Amino acid sequence: MPTPSFDAIVIGGGPNGLAAAHHLQAKGRRVLLLERADAAGGGAAGQPFAEGFARPALAHLAYNLDPRVERAMDLARHGLSWADPVLPTTALSATGRHLRLEGAAGERLAGGDAGAADRAAWAALRARLMRFARVLSPLRAMTPPRLARGAGNPVRALAGVGLRARMMGADEFRELLRVFLTNMHDLLGDELSDPLLKGALAFDASLGAWLGPRSPNSLLPWLDRLAGQIDGRQGAIGLPGGGMAALGAAMARAAEAQGVAIRTGTAVGRILVEADRAAGVELADGTAIRAGLVVSALAPKVTLLDLAGPRHLDTGMAARLRHQKARGAAAKLHLALRGLPDFRGADPRSRLVIAPSPEAVERAFDPGKYGGVPEAPTMEILIPSAIEGGHAPEGRHLLSAVVQYAPHGPADPAAARAAMLRAAMAQLEAHAPGIGALVEAAEMLMPHDIAARWGSPGGTWHHGELSVEQMLFLRPVPGLAQYATPIAGLWLASAGCHPGGGVSGSAGLNAAEAIGRAA
Amino acid sequence: MRDFATKGRRHFETPLLQTPFHPRTAAASRLYDWVPWAGYASVATYDDAEMEYSAIRNAATVFDLCPMVKYRIEGPDAAAFLDRLTVRRASALTPGGVHYTVWCDDAGHLIDDGTLFRLGPDRFRLCCQERHLPWLQDSAQGFDVGVADETADVAALSLQGPTSASVLAAAGIDVSALRPFRMIEVPLGGGRLMISRTGFTGDLGYELWTTPDRALTLWDILFEAGAPYGIRPIGSAALDTARLEAGFILANVDFIPAHQCLREDRLRSPLEMGLGWLVDWDKGHFNGRRALVRERETGGRWVFLGLEVEGNVAAAGAVLYHARTTEAGMVTGACWSPTLKTSVALAQVERRFADARNLWAEIYALRELHYAKLMVRVRPAARPFFRSDRRRATPPLPF
Repeated sequence: MPTPSFDAIVIGGGPNGLAAAHHLQAKGRRVLLLERADAAGGGAAGQPFAEGFARPALAHLAYNLDPRVERAMDLARHGLSWADPVLPTTALSATGRHLRLEGAAGERLAGGDAGAADRAAWAALRARLMRFARVLSPLRAMTPPRLARGAGNPVRALAGVGLRARMMGADEFRELLRVFLTNMHDLLGDELSDPLLKGALAFDASLGAWLGPRSPNSLLPWLDRLAGQIDGRQGAIGLPGGGMAALGAAMARAAEAQGVAIRTGTAVGRILVEADRAAGVELADGTAIRAGLVVSALAPKVTLLDLAGPRHLDTGMAARLRHQKARGAAAKLHLALRGLPDFRGADPRSRLVIAPSPEAVERAFDPGKYGGVPEAPTMEILIPSAIEGGHAPEGRHLLSAVVQYAPHGPADPAAARAAMLRAAMAQLEAHAPGIGALVEAAEMLMPHDIAARWGSPGGTWHHGELSVEQMLFLRPVPGLAQYATPIAGLWLASAGCHPGGGVSGSAGLNAAEAIGRAA
Repeated sequence: MRDFATKGRRHFETPLLQTPFHPRTAAASRLYDWVPWAGYASVATYDDAEMEYSAIRNAATVFDLCPMVKYRIEGPDAAAFLDRLTVRRASALTPGGVHYTVWCDDAGHLIDDGTLFRLGPDRFRLCCQERHLPWLQDSAQGFDVGVADETADVAALSLQGPTSASVLAAAGIDVSALRPFRMIEVPLGGGRLMISRTGFTGDLGYELWTTPDRALTLWDILFEAGAPYGIRPIGSAALDTARLEAGFILANVDFIPAHQCLREDRLRSPLEMGLGWLVDWDKGHFNGRRALVRERETGGRWVFLGLEVEGNVAAAGAVLYHARTTEAGMVTGACWSPTLKTSVALAQVERRFADARNLWAEIYALRELHYAKLMVRVRPAARPFFRSDRRRATPPLPF
């Protein structure tokens, strides 16, 4: 039987790899997608955890699924549904006076101690930030501009963003410029007083980032989150029916339905470069697969330094890649529980956040700066089995939580993992007394575990930190921001590229579109 | 990348270091005319620059090379590393061989030039004008190779001039079979002496490499054996005249190294510096290759020319004009050549005036406190300006 030949090889079957492969195949290329794991989906692929429980994915919620990707891949037809497309958030109080944020991005507040003045101030601040995020959101679908002269930038689209920002009016435009690079702690302190509300918002801004509320530019990641949307609702957080693994599976089915050949359990050993052009890949087992177009959805660092190799790069570029910041701070906790925990009456069907104040978030960040584990970590808790069936055996529950901040590169990884698990359990016990006794199985994935299993440098969510100095035309590093690499035929389609990660597919689609324009 | 343990060198505590030859160079320095060179005190002129120059072309001269920056590059990937670092094919150099080479940054701009010595299958020495350790170590990432600054570990002298082979013969060292750009090793006072047939004068000459503890022994052997052959120490002033006659370029004189350059329009590529002949386009990727491929297609803005200048005034620093009116370039180095009896110059010239058909140099000649402004015709001249069969003849011609 002759070996089927392919025009393009996509490395990595996460959301970006799937989105890129789907687009390229739809545009007439014959695409082979190679995935190291046993199933495609990347951060949205189910991982074996506890016997009888559904496989939880690394990413447990969707906040920025790209509507272009959702539409083009027709994900609804391939099984995407929403268990809850606008998940409410409960900011947990240790005394039971929880604050509930309902609707997209806390459209309405319920309960808690926030007074009328705070509620009005929050409504105004929310409206303003949502407007800012909306103005900036078209950038997410663009190839970042180049600073060089005659670079062929999408000048009209860029001018459109500027114009829309200016059209907000002088006062709003000035306010955007004022707050753009500010920090969450100061911004929230300027406008609000309720610690619980401010804590929940500060926590949202720092999710998946290596920064605290007092870090410079900490508003920007939040604006970026607010630019996302679920099911047409800006700023919403959604839980797909069947969990995030179902979203990953739907994307894989859509790609296959389009004709993409997906080969799982297939790790790429290196990218073949011949005469300064990508010529295909060599698998870890030594098999060569040839194609003139190689698109890597792995982290840019991994793609260029490990798979292509520095000898195909200039020294300055290789050094910039090596120095690209990639510090993961978010650990992931999975618990198999023999019953539903009681968070002092909080709605278990909501997203539960433990972040009592911005200061508490900052204090949770402090030890991580020096390689330590926080005593009182902040957490985003999801109990999918309380929202819909299928996640756990009858009567039992699956708890999935993002725990911040974990140290990156601790001296003793196993000890840090154990300490992080202890701290997380203590924090849970404080908010849901008796939860410890319900635990049947526990798994704590530290950033270094995430790096090892998913290949993201430092265990970052975004294949490299998403911070202002690594955004837009600086992402992943200057000179690589247009998805093309210096090696002809080799393209980057990773969360490490603009506009970053999350289960969005944006970077993958942007890259595939850029490939189309270049062809 | 390998890591070599480097001793705690505290260069910065001494404004100017002394080379291992300092007791001899200081004793011979009648004018106390010292200049700083890469952190070392170096002699500009010992007693008479013209006589020192004359010895380069007529007898034998010794120049203290110690301040020249030297890097040890060693490891199984050393040749592959140098193929990626430099524009030439270093892997084609056989052990015992030397070649002139240059290296570029990502944008294809010249970082420095130097000589590369292949000391063994896995060991090289790179000699250059400026320091580049961070760049070399960044470039070594991903290669099984180590890079260390060995400037202070090597004592080197340049022995140049028509009688230099005779001086070595008189010292009991037979170099008759040594061809240009090759090297040999001989015993020296219980240690080793490496002799390469290389130099910066365009004449017959050798560079002698040993360890600092044998430096004075080497000096004394040479001057004892060389006395009948007119041997004398020379400073950098005399050497500069000889290197201009030979048409060699110098970093920070004829071009600004990319890592020191502040003005974007002063950056130069090897193609613009007339060094395109060095580039091996077929060896695979090397630093700056993609930028140079583009430049080769579109053409750079500058060319580097050898010029003959009308009259007898050195045109150092002169601005060049096309048709006496349009600025066309800049003389980067020039001298009155005592051997050729002409005024020669090296110059950066805009490509559109590369034919140099109507090119003029505006020279400000300082004559007893007043500048005489000269506008003189310049004509292209092939480099090297000074050519001698002595340079390549093997065995060397007897003098």
